Parts: sequence; C-alpha cells; structure tokens
Amino acid sequence: MHQKLKIVVLAKQVPDTRNVGKNAMKEDGTVNRAALPAIFNPEDMNALEQALRIKEQHPDATVELLTMGPERAAEIIREGLFRGADGGVLLTDKKFAGADTLATSYPLAQAIKQMKPNIVIAGRQAIDGDTAQVGPQVAEKLNWPQVTYAEEIVGLAGDKITIKRRLEHGVELVCAPLPLVITVHGSAAPCRPRHAKRLLANKRAHITQWGVAQVGGDESQYGLSGSPTRVKKIENIVFQAKEAKRINASEAEINELMRELITNHTLG
Amino acid sequence: MNNIIVYCEHHDGKVADISLELLTKGRSLASQLRCGLNALVIGANLKGVEHELFAFGAETVFIADESRLSPYLTLPHAAITTAVFKEEQPQVALFGATSVGRDLAPRVSSALKSGLTADCTSLEIGENNLLYQIRPAFGGNIIATIINPDHRPQMATVREGVMKKERLDVPVAGKVKILDTAKYLNDAHFAVSIIERHIEEQKIDIKGASIVVAGGYGVGSKERFNLLFDLAKALGAEVGATRAAVDAGFVDHARQIGQTGVTVRPKLYIACGISGQIQHTAGMDQSAMIISINTDPHAPINRIADYVIDGDLGDVIPKMTLAYKHHSK
Repeated sequence: MHQKLKIVVLAKQVPDTRNVGKNAMKEDGTVNRAALPAIFNPEDMNALEQALRIKEQHPDATVELLTMGPERAAEIIREGLFRGADGGVLLTDKKFAGADTLATSYPLAQAIKQMKPNIVIAGRQAIDGDTAQVGPQVAEKLNWPQVTYAEEIVGLAGDKITIKRRLEHGVELVCAPLPLVITVHGSAAPCRPRHAKRLLANKRAHITQWGVAQVGGDESQYGLSGSPTRVKKIENIVFQAKEAKRINASEAEINELMRELITNHTLG
Repeated sequence: MNNIIVYCEHHDGKVADISLELLTKGRSLASQLRCGLNALVIGANLKGVEHELFAFGAETVFIADESRLSPYLTLPHAAITTAVFKEEQPQVALFGATSVGRDLAPRVSSALKSGLTADCTSLEIGENNLLYQIRPAFGGNIIATIINPDHRPQMATVREGVMKKERLDVPVAGKVKILDTAKYLNDAHFAVSIIERHIEEQKIDIKGASIVVAGGYGVGSKERFNLLFDLAKALGAEVGATRAAVDAGFVDHARQIGQTGVTVRPKLYIACGISGQIQHTAGMDQSAMIISINTDPHAPINRIADYVIDGDLGDVIPKMTLAYKHHSK
C-alpha cells in the first residue's frame, strides 16, 4: 500500500419503515410517521461492517462516517464510533434541506473530496426511499468507478480490491482499482454489536459538523434548488378496517377484489 | 430530438422482458407526446437485435456492439449512454429497475444532472406534458408522484413485470444507427473487471418482501405450491410457508414463517390453505392486510383476516393471477 487506507462510510438516519404494523396506524388508516423510531439505515450497517473488516486486516486503516441530516443525525456517527469507527462528519445546514438524491450526492461528494479517502462504502439503498441512487451518483461526481450490490469484500491487496456482488440472478466476482465507491447489499454480513468500552468512551463524543461554508462548491446544486425532481403528489395508503370481508370464489368477485387492491395501491 | 429512449438490456442472446415492457409502455407515452420512440442497446453479438425491438415499437435503434461490452460493466455503458443522451436530447429515458438499470441510471443522471425516479410502478403523461413517475415510497406506505419540471431527460427506472409486454402485429419499419464505440470509450472505462460470474439460486428474502403469498399444509403438494409461485411472480411477492408445509417437503425451510421461522410484517399477506395455528400467526399477524383463502369457512386464520375467500386455492389463485394481470398496467 503506497498510501494509508482511509475509508469513508456513507450512512443515513431513517424512519424505521419496516416495522409499520397495525399499531403504527392512525385511525384514518394512514401511517403515523411520528410513531416510527429513527434508526441507522440497515444496509449502511452492512456497509460499516465491511469497512471495519478491512480495518481489521489493515490495522493502519481508518474508518470515518459521513452523513447528512438534521443535528440529531449525529447519533448515526456516534453509533458508528460505538462499533469501531474512528470518527465522522455530519453535514447539516438548512441549505441542504429538501434535497433529492442528486442534490444529496453533490454535497456528499464535495465533503468526500475534503476527507480524501481511497474507499467509499455505502449501503445499497435507504429504507425510506429505496432508490439505490446516491452511491452511484456520488461515484460519478468523484469520477471514480463503482461496484454496487457488494455482498463481501473478498480481498484487498495493494490498490486492487476483489468484491463479490449479489445480483438478481446470480453472483459476480469483480476486481477493481482504488479509489472506489462500493455499495453493500443487505445480504452481506450483519454489523458487529456495540463495544462496551467504546460506548462509554464515545457516549458524548463531539461530532464534527460541516455546513455550506465548509463543504463549499456550487451552492445552486444543494437542497431543493439543486433537485431536478419534485414531488407532485403524495397519497397515503389507507389500510382496511379489521372486519373480514367475505368473498366467494367467483371470477367476478375475485376480479373486483384485485381491482380494488390495485386501486388502493396494496398491489403494484 | 426530444424523443423517448429506452435503454434495452440484452442477456444471453435475447432482449430482456423488462426492456420489451418498457418499449410497450413507451409506445403509448410517445403517442400521447406525439414524439418518437427509440431504443439503445449496448452489448456484444447484437447482430439482428433491431428486429425484436422494431416488433415492440422502436423507430430508431442505437446499437453499440463490441465484445468488451458484455457482460455489463458500469463505466463503458454509462459513458455510451450519457453520450447518446447528450447527442439525442431525449425528453424521457427509461431503464429497467434491475441490477443493471439501478446501477447505470443513477450514474447517468449524475453525469447529466438530470432527475431520476427509481422503481416506478406506473408512468403517465400529466399536465404540461410532463412524465408523472409514480412509485411507492416510505416502505410502501405512501405512493408518490414525482415530476422533473425543468431538466431533461426525465429519467425513470421501472420494476419488472408491472407493465404489459405487447408485440405489434406489424413491426415498425425502423432505422438502425451503429455507434462507433471507439469514439466514446477509453481504457479507464475498463478499470473494473469481472473475474467470474455465475447464476446462483437467489437467496430467499421473505422478511424484506412487501407482499407474501404463503401456503400451509392445506396446499396439498409441492406441485400445487407452483400456483403460489405463479401468483407471487405476478405480484412481485415472495412465497412463504407454515412449518407443516415445510415439514411435508412442499417448500424450502428458508420460507418458513412463524415461531420457529421468520417473522414478517408485509403490506399484504395472502394465506393459502393455512388454518391459522398460533405458532404460525405469531410470525405474520402484524401484516398490514391479510387475505385468507380457505375451504373451511371457520378456519382460525379468518378471524385475523381482512378478506376471506371461501374456496379452493386451486380454483381461486389462478383467478387472482389472471385478474391481477388484467388490471395492472
């Protein structure tokens, strides 16, 4: 290794959309978002684990987290410290707010340029949007290659890294040069637990925060103004009342049921 | 200029179904927008590929055919796609929400600084001839309509199987444009290399599925479970099972739901021939909606179901699959 290894893990604090059971429903049948806890995005946890494994193999490597969000998103970076990361940066500024994936990738890429890692590892996608776009968009802005859907980082020697990818219909083993952006699939190893000593030591750790002034670059590419996409309309999914509706097995009734499920977006 | 372009995937000598679905949808969008419909294929051994694409409505087929372009690699495909979009200035660009499309489209959108909506389940032309990109978000709890008012192309990836695939009776008498790949590619685009590649049975992910079609001992046999797999495939669902069905050897253990299996909380749980023992319901009773299909009108599962279909699953499930295909766009 000519240069010391430095890994930046991209992580996001997200509402726990996986656990929207009947108890997180409002009376009108829509989701009570306030009732959902804010969590470390699950696939970003898988990403952190891959970074920590590299650090185990290469003890002089450092692992830092990078996130963007409101001030409380600093919790994400502390969570990373509890599990073995060395530090991290929170991008927080009103001007970053309202960003779509493209306007998220821009400040992240700007910050990465200042952090100067040789590997960026992110979760494949975040459970609040499920877009899987930010990783590749960051890679393009850095002009680095990307390897998506990584299941395992198999080896790292010199500036070559070998990665097993999990695809829809199989697996692929690829070799890539550094610097590189990697996105990690949920089928990768789960993250190690918190370390008791690290928890105590970092409970109130100060987290570096960068606003627009530190991130620099072209302000018009931040936040809402830097977002080409707009949300035109949001429809809440309304879930049905508890009383079971009886349906006979006739074609007409089944047809009607399927039509209803499509119309209320339960299906497709 | 200002046409619709579909990035077409080509694997093992044939055009992927998703690409043909996108062309079919692209035809109706193009006729509403009164613009052309084009296709871009990047790969190797593509001779004659245009005929299949003409049969699905492509008017101009752009082809980049070179041995290094298959299997798919991000950078060369992104370089060519980005360059073609810059030259052709399409107003709409569609990709499959596949391993390839979800890797490629964000890279291209970032290079072009244009908006991209992932995993659309419906596309419509709305006000001001904008593409309304409709997708579930927030874990499937909301449906969002996304637009790109000012940036072109308006880019979207679309999930496989949600749109119909319809061959034209008479293929379009289209044109082919062979791309000079040397103009777009350099050695740096081949920085990542594939060492090996093989098809492997997909890992079963019932926990992550937003729709689960589950069967119990009442399904009766391994063969009859195929009905559940057919419905699941149409709905984009995963197949689950009770312990009794797994113990009977109808399906793999990885699909077991309940106390001794996994716990699921999907948006929709379709219970087929499941009586509803507590050992099973403990693993699924938090599902947002439950449909029970059972010949026994008094099966305990019916007490927690939102819909109960009284009937034999051999009769009911094919009707559901057919009805879904009929109603979904």
